[in-house]
Amino acid sequence: MNQSFHEAWALLPDYLSQHVILSVSALILGVAISVPLGIVAARSKGIGAPVLGLVSVIQTIPGLALLALFYPLLLALSSLTRDLFGVSFRALGFLPALLALTLYAMLPILRNLVTALNGLDPAILMAAKGVGMTPRQSLYKVELPLAAPQLLAGIRTATVWVVGITTLSTPIGQTSLGNYIFTGLQTENWIFVLFGCVAAAALAMVLDFLLAVAGAALSAGSRPRLALAGIGLIVLIAAALVPGLIHPSARGVVVGAKNFDEQYILADVMADRLRQSGFAVSQKIDLGSTVALRALAASDIDAYVDYSGTLWGDAMHRTDMPGRQAMLDQLKSWLAQRHGVALVGSLGFENAYVFAMRADRAKALHIRSLADIAAHPDLMIGGDFEIFSRPEWRRVAAAYGLSTMRRRQYQPDFLYRAVMSGDADLVSAFSSDGRIARYGLTILDDPKGALPPYDAVLLVGPAHAHDKRFLESLRPLIGAIPLSLMQQANLMVDRDQDKRTPGQTAAWLEARIAQDHPQ
Amino acid sequence: MIEIRDVSKAYPGSGKEGVSGLALTIRQGEFLVLIGPSGSGKTTTLNMINRLVEPDRGTIRIEGRNVAETDPVQLRRGIGYVFQEAGLFPHMTVAENIAVTPRLLGWDEARIQARIDELLALVRLDSATFHERRPQGLSGGQRQRVALARALAARPHILLLDEPFGALDPVTREAVAADVRDIHQSLGLTTMMVTHDMTEALLLADRIAVMREGTLVQTGTAQELVNHPADSFVAQLIETPRRRAQALAKTLAL
Repeated sequence: MNQSFHEAWALLPDYLSQHVILSVSALILGVAISVPLGIVAARSKGIGAPVLGLVSVIQTIPGLALLALFYPLLLALSSLTRDLFGVSFRALGFLPALLALTLYAMLPILRNLVTALNGLDPAILMAAKGVGMTPRQSLYKVELPLAAPQLLAGIRTATVWVVGITTLSTPIGQTSLGNYIFTGLQTENWIFVLFGCVAAAALAMVLDFLLAVAGAALSAGSRPRLALAGIGLIVLIAAALVPGLIHPSARGVVVGAKNFDEQYILADVMADRLRQSGFAVSQKIDLGSTVALRALAASDIDAYVDYSGTLWGDAMHRTDMPGRQAMLDQLKSWLAQRHGVALVGSLGFENAYVFAMRADRAKALHIRSLADIAAHPDLMIGGDFEIFSRPEWRRVAAAYGLSTMRRRQYQPDFLYRAVMSGDADLVSAFSSDGRIARYGLTILDDPKGALPPYDAVLLVGPAHAHDKRFLESLRPLIGAIPLSLMQQANLMVDRDQDKRTPGQTAAWLEARIAQDHPQ
Repeated sequence: MIEIRDVSKAYPGSGKEGVSGLALTIRQGEFLVLIGPSGSGKTTTLNMINRLVEPDRGTIRIEGRNVAETDPVQLRRGIGYVFQEAGLFPHMTVAENIAVTPRLLGWDEARIQARIDELLALVRLDSATFHERRPQGLSGGQRQRVALARALAARPHILLLDEPFGALDPVTREAVAADVRDIHQSLGLTTMMVTHDMTEALLLADRIAVMREGTLVQTGTAQELVNHPADSFVAQLIETPRRRAQALAKTLAL
């Protein structure tokens, strides 16, 4: 527990800094757009009603979905500008997160401002006109100052929302305090989850407090207190920016990881090796499964581990199965031609989709392979969120006649609990997961070969695809991690007792690799 | 001098008070009170003078100049206006409220500060006590005094007052009204005030203009109205203070 806490503490400067930069940028942009828009909306019902309606609708889109939607949108836009002007931009990370969060910031600011402006005493507005103010003077000297307290209340609401929702920008490749939460959920490291939540809440509360002080000072007309709140805000933001300024080239090379334990461990191993070769290394973790390859192609990340079957189906959109080696060969040349990505080689294990049952249950029902399932139409199958919409399942279902089978979906970590408790009779699982052995699950054979191979392959992005030093530092990993070793490593992170962090496990794994493959 | 010639303003279907075919001249240095029941068009008439309301028809001239050909913003900066219930800016101090029009006119700061003190003295508010107060912290009478100071800040020759004492208690009302009359006199203003209180009109006005349903019924001194009321409506209106005084005397005699 202490170890987790120290690890979390060490990551704080980077995570907090990126979180503050993103949140504050979104808030500033939100205010900059909402205030003029609010003024226009308050003056014209014809504009006001549709604008407020639209912003309210945006607010009802779940945060994660809105953030995720900006990624393909920007990707399309980026390829359009590349075709038209020869300029493309990064569709991953900061930009989509900034745009989505700005939209979230707008509603409370806009609504409060419009309500405040529309609610002003008509006698006061008449007086402003009567003493000889132009419409512009009336706006700046009377209307906006009077609307300011409500506007500030809206900005405070937006601040708390945005700081909270910024944690959801992790899966689209933007580092934030959400990295603690997403990583913690995957590794069942509750210290991390709690640390992320507390840090985000504390940040929100501090910002909210400073804005409240500023607001009180504003309505009391107290310049010193207003200055104090302003200085507090500036100091807080400056302090958060310091880590980024001290390490201006902190990006260095970026190792990517998808959102599960094995990926975290392997990313740590790769980062370690690159560091030993003299690279400045940072990591971008918790990338969505299909986001990772695009991020690599766009040089948002420089290396990560993917799986042959996943790339074959999701990236190449192939459904045929030419056999393990042919698949790797074709993948390699396709990746090089299409994305300038180097497939360095296989690590030595597979993380395949498999279907598993409790050993005693399989025995009792005389089930050994997927072909035996059809005889038991009342069985319940559990899967993760994506399996039933993937081509693998369609092939399995077609090959073994399972398309009418009863299904249930679980968060990946709960799949094993579901099958052990009998909630599900069989579940989808990943072959390199250490828990298969630990729970003594029986993996069902696939006699018809419906499931493709999923060799773990090391990919390197265009910037370093021909970088000798880079490639040589990672090459010792090729063929060095057999399935049993990866299963052990995964189990160290997943088990409930004597749990290790991915970082600790990576060190253990490197030691084992060095031991098995002395150089 | 303010000349209102054949001015009409209609608010079809809005329930707001309109005006039709109004002709009225307010002489230099005169204190004219515009009186009539609610909806008779008094405030609309007042607001057309500084173009807070634009007439549909007719012309208004100030010192011979057609207001319709004057920039409305410049026009308003040159006319003092006291609003119903003061209309002070709640986010500004008393001093800032008074300084609004001089600041719009770009006076230098020293001149503005001197003017604020001068005006607070004129409306009989202690500068040290009230300078930094906000309108919320003032009584109704104090607010109207500040509003009066604000209206007079840029040294206008014309002062417009829209039911300025309506929200005040009777004792305060009397004191503030007396001060308004004194200031009118000492500054040599041309003043036009709207009210529906005949007692107030009789006490303050050089001349009274009676309005009903958007038209001018009669104009004259208090004496003229009492002696020669144009019709029974005017007669009844002008008799109100006397009737009330008699009723009061009767009650007290019992």
